[in-house]
Amino acid sequence: MAQAKPKIVFDPWNDPKAKPLIECRGITKRFGDFTAIDNIDLNIYEREFFALLGPSGCGKTTLMRMLAGFEAPSEGAITIDGQNVADVPPNKRAVNMMFQSYALFPHLSVWENIAFGLKRERASKERIEERVSEMLRLTRLEKFARRKPHQISGGQRQRVALARSLAKAPKLLLLDEPLGALDKKLRQDTQFELMDIQERTGTTFVIVTHDQEEAMTVASRVAVMNNGVIMQVATPADIYEQPNSVYVADFIGDVNILEGNASPGPDGPENAVQIHYAEGEPPVRAVANAPIAQGSRVSYAIRPEKISVGFEPDPDRANHAQGRVIDIAYLGNVSTYRVELPGGKVISATMTNARRLERRAFTWEDEVWLSWTQTAGIVLES
Amino acid sequence: MNKRLSWFNVTSLTLGFAFLYLPMLILIIYSFNASKLVTVWAGFSTRWYVELFHDQPFLDAAWVTLKVAVSSSTLATILGTMAAIVMVRMGRFRGRTLFSGMIYAPLVMPDVITGLSLLLLFIAIGLDRGVFTIMLAHTTFSMCYVSVVVSSRLMTFDHSLEEAALDLGASPFESFRLVTLPIILPAVVSGWLLAFTLSLDDLVIASFTTGPSATTLPMKIFSAVRLGVSPEINALSTLMISVVAIGVISASLISKRAIIRQRREEQEGGRA
Repeated sequence: MAQAKPKIVFDPWNDPKAKPLIECRGITKRFGDFTAIDNIDLNIYEREFFALLGPSGCGKTTLMRMLAGFEAPSEGAITIDGQNVADVPPNKRAVNMMFQSYALFPHLSVWENIAFGLKRERASKERIEERVSEMLRLTRLEKFARRKPHQISGGQRQRVALARSLAKAPKLLLLDEPLGALDKKLRQDTQFELMDIQERTGTTFVIVTHDQEEAMTVASRVAVMNNGVIMQVATPADIYEQPNSVYVADFIGDVNILEGNASPGPDGPENAVQIHYAEGEPPVRAVANAPIAQGSRVSYAIRPEKISVGFEPDPDRANHAQGRVIDIAYLGNVSTYRVELPGGKVISATMTNARRLERRAFTWEDEVWLSWTQTAGIVLES
Repeated sequence: MNKRLSWFNVTSLTLGFAFLYLPMLILIIYSFNASKLVTVWAGFSTRWYVELFHDQPFLDAAWVTLKVAVSSSTLATILGTMAAIVMVRMGRFRGRTLFSGMIYAPLVMPDVITGLSLLLLFIAIGLDRGVFTIMLAHTTFSMCYVSVVVSSRLMTFDHSLEEAALDLGASPFESFRLVTLPIILPAVVSGWLLAFTLSLDDLVIASFTTGPSATTLPMKIFSAVRLGVSPEINALSTLMISVVAIGVISASLISKRAIIRQRREEQEGGRA
């Protein structure tokens, strides 16, 4: 379903001349004493598929509701397409929202649900007919046009909600946990369908989700939120490979965090550091993004799949640690080994199961060597 | 649980229903009595119904009652629905508990007190008493019934439906007219029917707030009975029982059906 993407790089956020579709400047939202959103700055560009990702209660839904106009910021300004929307009520914004509960009108048919927004802008009969059939085609709902929402399945209802929110061709579509109510298989199919529809309509999508896999799959950029603050905004690849904090590294995927004191050098590339994370272990050799002061406290984050497990240390890799296998999680395509170092520190390493299970090399209680390269991990200043 | 009816259950059920409905049953039977003497059965006849329809004062009273019932229940439905929406939607505001208590208080207020206080008010503001004042009085006391019925429906109403309507470009009024109202309509209709029947059979409040120009049916019956019960009154009462019964039964059927449909939709929603 997802078509091959053109090879043209889509990264308006790196273009200083590009004008963002949405600009949030110093947005703060308080409910009584509780600060739901704390001084957020955010730019979202046209045609982006932008994900707001975070645990429940992090403020992502509040931020979305402010974009839709259901909440007003306590401080700061939101600009949509160059217009400050502070005094624009939700029914006057060129923004549509797909609700988590879908909020389909139970007394109206699928057709009437989709036509609702068009009728409100007093579109002509022909125009409504044409646009609704187009939406029905786009979401493959032609057969269900005359049914009421309670007569169709959950997946179909989700598509009606999408069709209804796209019918007015909004500049911006907000999706509040759009796939939360679907089961896993249907969710994955629908993710690709969403991306496909987003590309075909050229609409800017902002999706709110707590599912990091979903955000990574669909989004062009992801904003990781925590406690009303945006921790990092970056492409899925950068969020995963270049997290800017222990929180982001830990929230997205699995990660080993080693804490220690850094010292520059001794040799190798610019900003090379050594991190002393445990007594009796050789320091981890890593490369930081910026010069690190001697003796400063740092966290070293390394993904399990970047560590290889062997009976001998891998001579091509700069870092080694010896330990004992205490746990093996067999997931079919990969296995994750939990290896305990002599000092008690446990490190996870993931290996692809290229061989059949019965020929697996390592088992519980084996003494193994972990090896990883100098650039495999990220140095995060605490 | 014992599902079979024991003799004890049957007896208590019979006694209970007899207690409730025997008087009305006797009244209905005697309304078809051919004799002029109320308590002596002289064969089946509908002559009292025919006579009733030629009795101009009774017809006038019926017309007044109907006018009052229709207008007061309509007004009470509008005001009661508005009050219910405010109560359910506005969230916690200062004095909310007091306000909701004040809406429901007339439910338990003795009619005599309501009637008397309204009478004092009408005298104080110099309003000529008649059909209009009865109508106002009935609106006052039946509004809270409507408000109870409608607000219990609104409690389970998904607020995001209204937000979705706003989001799709509907004005706040359009979103109420096109989304909220159609969905809560069964509750509004049953509230109207309830208010209608309450107005139809009120005697006390109407007696307090009426003037010389307006007599409602219950008042007419009450004054006629003081001169002796005529079979004509029986016929009239039978008609009133039918109207009230139809009103109450349709109100409960409408709200039951709406609840069943809502449950079914929720179930199917959950299953899919």
